[in-house]
Order: sequence, then C-alpha cells, then structure tokens
Amino acid sequence: MIPTIPQNRTMDIAFKVYVTLFFVYLALPLAVNAVFAFNDSQFPSLPWKGFTWNWFFGDAHPMIGVFHERPILRAIGTSIFIGVCVSTLAVIVGTTNAFLFNRYRFKGKEFLYFLMLLPLVIPGILLGVSILVFSSSIANAMWDGFKWDIEALRPGVLLVVLGQFSFIATMATLVISARLKTFDKTLEEAAMNLGADALTAIRTITLPYLFPAMIGAFIVAFLMSFENFNTTFMLVGSDAPLTIAMFDRLKEGSTPLLNAVSLLLMVGSSALALIMIAVQRKK
Amino acid sequence: MTSGRSLGFYLLLAPVLLWLLLLVIIPHIDLALVSLRERVGVGQYAFSFANFLTFLNEPLYLVTFARTAVMSILATFITLIVGFPVAYFIAKMARGKLQPILFVLCLVPFWVSELVRTFGWMILLRETGIISSLLQWLGLVNGPVELLYNDAAIMIGLVYTSMLFMVVPLVTTLSTLDDSLIEAGYDLGGSSASVFREIIVPHAMPGIVSGCIVVFMLSLGNYLTPIMLGGKDSLWFTELIYSQFIVRFNWELGAAFGFMLLFLSTAIVWVALKLTGQSLEKTMG
Repeated sequence: MIPTIPQNRTMDIAFKVYVTLFFVYLALPLAVNAVFAFNDSQFPSLPWKGFTWNWFFGDAHPMIGVFHERPILRAIGTSIFIGVCVSTLAVIVGTTNAFLFNRYRFKGKEFLYFLMLLPLVIPGILLGVSILVFSSSIANAMWDGFKWDIEALRPGVLLVVLGQFSFIATMATLVISARLKTFDKTLEEAAMNLGADALTAIRTITLPYLFPAMIGAFIVAFLMSFENFNTTFMLVGSDAPLTIAMFDRLKEGSTPLLNAVSLLLMVGSSALALIMIAVQRKK
Repeated sequence: MTSGRSLGFYLLLAPVLLWLLLLVIIPHIDLALVSLRERVGVGQYAFSFANFLTFLNEPLYLVTFARTAVMSILATFITLIVGFPVAYFIAKMARGKLQPILFVLCLVPFWVSELVRTFGWMILLRETGIISSLLQWLGLVNGPVELLYNDAAIMIGLVYTSMLFMVVPLVTTLSTLDDSLIEAGYDLGGSSASVFREIIVPHAMPGIVSGCIVVFMLSLGNYLTPIMLGGKDSLWFTELIYSQFIVRFNWELGAAFGFMLLFLSTAIVWVALKLTGQSLEKTMG
C-alpha cells in the first residue's frame, strides 16, 4: 500500500476515488454556503433566481446587505474586540508559561503541567457554566456584604473574554513552548558573556526567536475565539459576538444575508491562516 | 534548568496559578458546591444529593445521557474509519507537491466557524435543500424530502465537524512510519491485511488514541451541531445543561448535569487511555 509496492489497479483506483469523494464531502457545505450568498431570492435555497451583490451591498428592504446591517456589523466589532483581548492575554500567559515549564525545575511541576492541559479536555459548555456560577457567587457576595453591584461580573464581554481565555491559554502555551524547546540556550549565554544581563539577553535574543510562534499563537487564538460557541453561549450578555448573533438569526429562519456573512468569514479566516503560514515559513 | 527560587520564578509562576485557580479550579469547586445543594426556602439552601437523585430518577435525563454517550462514541468510530484512509493517502501515497496541498485542503474547512459549516449542511439537507431538489430532478422521489432533523443528519454533522482533529494526528504519526518497514512486511510474506494489522495500526496507535479522544470530547460537548441538524428534539445532553441554566434558571440541577457530563467524559477518556497504554501528557502535549 505504498508506491514502491505494486498494487492491484482496481484497488488503486478505488482508493483515489475514495479520497476524491472525501474532499468533495469537505468542500460541499462551504461551497453551497458561499454560492447562495449571490442568489437573488429571499431564501438560501433552489431555485436559482439570478446573480446579485445585494446581500453584500443592498441598502433597501427586503434585501439589506451585510455592509448596511447594523446589528451584524456591531456583532462583528464585538467579536473582533473579544478576539484581540483573548489572543493578547493568551500570548502573554503562553509565553510566561513556556519559560516557566522550560527553564525551571520545581516541586509539583508535572502536576501543574497536567492541570494546565485540563482545559483542553473539559467540555467548553462546562468552562462556561462554572465561570458563570463562580462570578455570580462573587457578585452576590459583594452585594450581600457591601451593597456593591459589580456589573462586570454579570454575563457580558468581560466574562466571555475570561471564559475563552481559560482554554485558549493552554493552546498558546503548547505552541510557544514547542518553539522555546528548540532554542539553543548557548546563544543566550553568549549574549550574557558579552555583557548583557539576563533580561536584556532574553529581550534581544530569545523573544525575537519566539516571535513567529507568538504570532502563530495569536492568530490561532483569534480564530478560536472568533468561532467559539459553547463557552461564549453561556456567558454572553446583551453584546452578542457574531457566532451568537448568527445563531439567533438562524433560529428565526435564514436569508442569504447569513450566507454573505459566512462567505466574509471564510475569506477573513483564510487570509489570517495564509498570514500565519507565511510567518511560520520565515523561521 | 534553574532550581533557584528567584523573583523571576515567582513572576512566571503567578500568571499560570491565577489562570488555573481563578478560571478553572475554583469555578469547578463552586459548581460542585452548587450541584450539592437544594433550595429549602427563599435564598436558603441545604446540603443534599437531591439534584443527582433527580437526574437518576428521571428516565428522560438518563436516556438523553446514554444517547449522547453512544452517539459520540459512534461518531468517533465513524470519523476514525472515514479519516484513516485519507490520512494514510496523504502521509504515505501522495508524492511531491500533492502532499502539502492535500494536507492544507483538509484544514481549510476548519478555519471557518462551526456555525458556518453547520449552516452549509442545513442548506444541503433541508426539505427545500439541494439534495432534496437533486433527488426530485433525478426522478428518484416524487415530493420534497426532509433530510434534516434526524440522527443521521446529526452524525454527518458531527463527523464533518471533528474530521480535522482525527486526520491531523493520524497524518503526523503515519508520516513517521518508515516505508522500509512496510516493504519488509511484504518481503516476509505478509498480505496487505496482515501488514495493515501488524505494522501500520500499531505504529499509528498514538495518533489514533489522541484523535479519538479529541473527537469524542468535541462530540460530547457539542451543542450547535445536534441542535441545528437534529432539531428541538435532538435529545443532546448539553441542551439539558443549557436549558437548566438559561431557560429554567435551575442552576442546582444544571450544575449536577454538568458534573455528570464531566464524569462521563473523564471516565471514557480514562478507560481509553488505560486500554491503549497511553497518557494524557503524551497524547495532548
């Protein structure tokens, strides 16, 4: 079953057909989703009523395009804001964790590393509800004890950021640690021999080396945050990010507007992914 | 490696401790406390197992729980069986430029959100959808057919949405398998089946295990796919948790459900790791 071993021709062809079908299966939902963004109809379904750009640029009822649909634009803004906050926090904590786990030996290190991996295997909905319960416990205690009403601890943007950060930080730690492991520590020692103190050596030698991984972690974190549903759904307040806003619309029935948003998302995330590949190539 | 207790060490230790304690460990302890209490009056609670008893005594809850577990295990197996040949093709049979291209093509659908993917399946499968129209046009059916809102639709969606997490670890482990080992297997008189069983599968085991664990966890904790493709009566366990928290506002029961979900996922992952002799650090880290 490798090229150097002669194979039965029918088996070989069957294998190739199977792989082709697999890729058709992967592409199909995305392709139809994108195509119906251009259907001149109220519903994203057949029959095809002709090509239109109205679901992007239309500004008159009943075909208001994405770029004129205020709630969707606001939801995109909220998602970007949350994504940037989560990714920034995750990259910072991921970097400090990478140094901690790579450079120090301490009691309970294995156990701490195990705990650090846990958020990846806890169902997202549970991370959401536990943070919801804990933050409202604090908020209620503050109210009962001091009559302080802390609005930030109620469902809203802050809780969404914390909830997403709680598992995205693990991913960032793994990505940045993997890069730090391949770093040649003698480079840092050489800098210190040349008179640099430890912090200067890290700032001028080690961090630039880690930079591609930090950018990579930032982009992956942003994509994970942008598309997260399970954790966000439990913590969302009145400012809904895009996935939640789209979900609410879908429940009421779908118009090709949602296809147009989907197509924009596909273009946006592909662009980010390409940037990431380009950054990783430069290593 | 430094083992000193310098200021730097504590500065690096602080973020990870704050993160894990405040966002993961203490919230889960709090959730456990909430699941173990019962409302006895206005704002008054007493320690009790009432919520877990409610769960055990209500057939609907138990059925949903078991159904979610069985469907998730089934989805994991289907994902493995569908994904393995493709991973094998990418790792061992594709040559030259084709290999990285196919690998990236596998990743593409997962750069967009699950909602977009699921919406695509809704457009394909629903009564007025593409497949229904196609079947009518071919004359295979007389009227529109509803392909959405059944278990098969949920399964298609779950397998689709988790495929990446199976294919990537499989490609990674399979590409470290030396071709000469497979050749040696054939030279020693092995058939395709025995080479597959004795050489390929054992080598791919770490990838199979980590892929299966991730896919299982993702299916079990999934909300979007079962609800959108399975409809309101899809009986998925996360739906019960959500409705207790957000719709019924019964946090005590919702917390108990949450712990049952955590218990189920931990138990099944633990059994899978023990059966295959792998560890969480090895498969995830």
